[in-house]
Amino acid sequence: MTQAPEQEAPPVPEGHVRLTIDGQTVDAPKGELLIRTCERLGIVVPRFCDHPLLDPAGACRQCLVEVEMGGRPMPKPQASCTMTVADGMVVKTQHTSPVADKAQQGVMELLLINHPLDCPICDKGGECPLQNQAMSSGRAESRFVEEKRHFAKPLPISDEVLLDRERCVLCQRCTRFSEQIAGDPFIELLERGAHQQIGTEETAWGEGEEFQSYFSGNTIQICPVGALTSASYRFRSRPFDLVSTPGQCEHCASGCSTRRDWRRGGVTRVLAGEDPNVNEEWLCDKGRFAFRYPTSPQRVLAPMVRGDDGELVAVSWIEALERAAELLLAARDGSGPGRVLVGDDGVEAEGDPKKGVGVLPGGRLTVEDAYAYGKFARLALRSNDVDHRARVHSDEELDFLAGHVAGVAPGHVSYAHLEAARTVLCVAFDPEEESPIVFLRLRKASRHGTRVVHVGSWTTPAVAKTGGHLVRVAPGDEPAALDDLPDDVATALGEPGAVVLVGERAAEVPGLLTAVAGLGSRTGARVAWVPRRAGERGGVDAGALPTLLPGARLLTDADAREAVAAVWGVPTLPESPGRDVTAMLRAAADGVLAGLVVGGLEPADLPDPALARAALAEADVVVSLEQVFSEVTGYADVVLPVAPAVNRGGTYRNWEGRDRTFATTIDPGQGSSGRVGGTAAITLPDCRVLDSLAVEMDVDLFTQTPAAAAAELAELGTVAVTPSTPRTRPDSEPAGRAPGTVRLATWRQLLDGGALLAQEPDLPGTARPARLRVAAATAERLGLVAGEPARLHAAEQPGRHAEPDPTLAGLDLVVELADLPEDVVWAPSHVPGASGVTTLAALGLHHGGPVRVTGSAAPESGDQQ
Amino acid sequence: MGMFDGIAGFGVTFSTMFKKVVTEEYPLVKKVTAPRYHGRHQLNRHPDGLEKCVGCELCAWACPADAIYVEGGDNTPEARYSPGERYGAIYQINYLRCIGCGLCIEACPTRSLTMTNEYELADDDRQDLIYTKEMLLAPLLPGMEQPPHPMRLGDDEQDYYVQGPEMARQGREQAGEHDLDTDNRAGANVEPGAALVGKGPLAKRGSPEASGATGEGRS
Repeated sequence: MTQAPEQEAPPVPEGHVRLTIDGQTVDAPKGELLIRTCERLGIVVPRFCDHPLLDPAGACRQCLVEVEMGGRPMPKPQASCTMTVADGMVVKTQHTSPVADKAQQGVMELLLINHPLDCPICDKGGECPLQNQAMSSGRAESRFVEEKRHFAKPLPISDEVLLDRERCVLCQRCTRFSEQIAGDPFIELLERGAHQQIGTEETAWGEGEEFQSYFSGNTIQICPVGALTSASYRFRSRPFDLVSTPGQCEHCASGCSTRRDWRRGGVTRVLAGEDPNVNEEWLCDKGRFAFRYPTSPQRVLAPMVRGDDGELVAVSWIEALERAAELLLAARDGSGPGRVLVGDDGVEAEGDPKKGVGVLPGGRLTVEDAYAYGKFARLALRSNDVDHRARVHSDEELDFLAGHVAGVAPGHVSYAHLEAARTVLCVAFDPEEESPIVFLRLRKASRHGTRVVHVGSWTTPAVAKTGGHLVRVAPGDEPAALDDLPDDVATALGEPGAVVLVGERAAEVPGLLTAVAGLGSRTGARVAWVPRRAGERGGVDAGALPTLLPGARLLTDADAREAVAAVWGVPTLPESPGRDVTAMLRAAADGVLAGLVVGGLEPADLPDPALARAALAEADVVVSLEQVFSEVTGYADVVLPVAPAVNRGGTYRNWEGRDRTFATTIDPGQGSSGRVGGTAAITLPDCRVLDSLAVEMDVDLFTQTPAAAAAELAELGTVAVTPSTPRTRPDSEPAGRAPGTVRLATWRQLLDGGALLAQEPDLPGTARPARLRVAAATAERLGLVAGEPARLHAAEQPGRHAEPDPTLAGLDLVVELADLPEDVVWAPSHVPGASGVTTLAALGLHHGGPVRVTGSAAPESGDQQ
Repeated sequence: MGMFDGIAGFGVTFSTMFKKVVTEEYPLVKKVTAPRYHGRHQLNRHPDGLEKCVGCELCAWACPADAIYVEGGDNTPEARYSPGERYGAIYQINYLRCIGCGLCIEACPTRSLTMTNEYELADDDRQDLIYTKEMLLAPLLPGMEQPPHPMRLGDDEQDYYVQGPEMARQGREQAGEHDLDTDNRAGANVEPGAALVGKGPLAKRGSPEASGATGEGRS
């Protein structure tokens, strides 16, 4: 054996201490927890309560180690998850110290006194830290023969989370998560001593306020025993029967990593994937529990063509593609019948033939699909009529997207920037409702000193949980408020690192995006756009917009058109700017546009649902690429089924611009379509279907696979963007209101009956109830009583296409008092009900607009006071 | 060479004529198996007819031949097939694969799955040898009711497990079925309240000692 020459120990680095663990000398940064230092050395210390993202608790005592300080051993073993490292410390874990080993065995025996031996029927069995550590650190035999403690079970914490108190080891991970991370203290420690248990307000008092959290599902994942189980996974499967595949969440633009566990052709559960740069280890309940939509009985499982009798008939792919191509070619070239014009005298005459096809891809697409839709519109349909924005939108927004969002490098604003920023300003953006993981990061930042300021109309839960800094404005007045921010906020935004987050609904307020861009250039704060849907950012970058080509190229730029045309192998691209969503729908409804190619969107999500329905009904040709039978397929002449996210690969681009690439989770391996384990399986992504459809139209898109589309998009590259202020700043509409009306503030809630929430029976229980919020003074003036229902009335719709649905005379919501400005009411944009979702847009109501509110029993109750 | 040589050659033949015959007259006379013979499986019922299977899939997991397929389903107040939360919605045993090892019945936490003495498991169609839940379920005895129906014997599943065996015994005594077909099954696998499908020659063999070792130990 060769002896290493004696060496002087290198000096301890600045800010570090030197200690010895199990005979190994290690330098650790000051303040590091002992258990982390052990981890870095590869020494496994058993633990339950310790979690790297939660504050230390020292609750379970399983991580006991023997510690010697300054040559003197500490009298008792110490919990390594709460003790920080110190210079000269000598630590002996269970691997070298019989004392630590015996202490750990003793703790394990205590934890198991009342733990039921029900591993065979426990959901956690097979992936249970308690099970594993009982084997590694416990005794083989128990000395306790007494009857174990019994509780009524399961106890519902929420509709999705069930508690089994018998299995709980009181590690308090769930309570610490709810308090520190989510900020919703829905679960707490109750009682003392041997009776201590986890419970809710309801278990403590027998009754309690129904408390909802969008993040309750995380407690299931971090529970180190089987005490918290998921209602949707309970007793469904065992961990060792499942295949775990990494995936990306398709529900919003946060871009969370997920782990999809599946078997027999269906996903059984979704867990948060670990990605420290994005979602850390968390996932919202929507991403975690809304995974059953691919098994919906409404799934389209074969290409369908509408027959002469008006019914959709399943046909082969070839037949459906040929039919769709034939119809689209006729519509594109205007060879269909001319529209019928009815003159003032009632005489019918044939007008110009309808011509052109618009493309409405919807906002849930992968980057590759959005690219394919844009290319399909420009090459196969020879027009720029493509717009993926199935929501409120404006021309001003198009300019903002071109100047501040498209092609912006991923590093411009990221989650890390949010955490490091001294000040974050949220404009037209309620993070918890619109991008829950952004909310968690903002909350984490606010707990560590970041000032999160919201420009909004009331103190929403998200505002309260991120420090409560609100710049209260009436809806519609946001641009003025940004121009006239409080001095301290304006100054803080001038400091380096400050961030302005603006939501997609800023497009609804004229001038707001201009004001945001102006604020950014005035203060130097970085501006980021945080849309709701997973495909919004990818659609901007991939050119699924009427004024933007792929790679942030402006359509009006001749060089950019030439560059794209060169890569696409065509002489020229269509030059005239396309129509946006509303313009396309209006053109179709007015009989100008002959056809529509529609991706996954619902008319109810559009700013004027009646117009969308009229357009779909009026268009000669509607080709729908859909996963499920929907309102659009009801109008479609050809329905082409496309794969849900689990049966395909692709890339979502999240709000940061970060690419979230995922592979196929479940590949049925039976060609294009088939059934596996009773589960529907269509495996063709939108880009493949569009490619085949284009081939039928004698155009090659070269988007057969997402990889091919991504490669071509990469070849196109991104051109440098010079941030510019939107050119069009519309004059703010005068806030003139009819007497008797108040102003409406509205935005969508996270769980409001969206299409991807289908098939999930328990998730609506986690949703926040739809409430009408109003300030106390305004309520009194309007005769509204808190807790009583009030009615929002459909508005007059000047300039809108159709009359509001007569069945929707109004919407009844329960009144709740909040700190809104005077003469303003707030209601969620989408209200799920027994007979489907009612949208305020269908009532002709929009953010900043007038609304009439009447209380149901107002006069009487007013008199009583 | 002697004069008896011709006859001596038949010595074995003649001596065998007076020995006990070992030939099985199988199709005509069916062999009585050992009491714990591992024959066809059976899914047992509680005394009120509810199924004992909770759809836990432990049998499928224990099976070394991958012969069992189970899919659980949720009991609802409207349609209850077993006490508790879950029941076996789909249950299949593939007798082309089953090796009769009995690990599945050892794994079963509710004594739902047991083995009968029925051994006639041959067929000329592979599909027919995948036994479905309907074929495996024990027949309804007197006093049993075809599920789905509410729990008749208690408020929750604990009542079924704690009091079930006792109630089953009382039920049998009252019905005067003491010597009916419950006694004839393999001892360790005998399940009160459950019946055997295959009767005939097997039905007469009674073994009170064997049936004493029933499942009351599970309380």
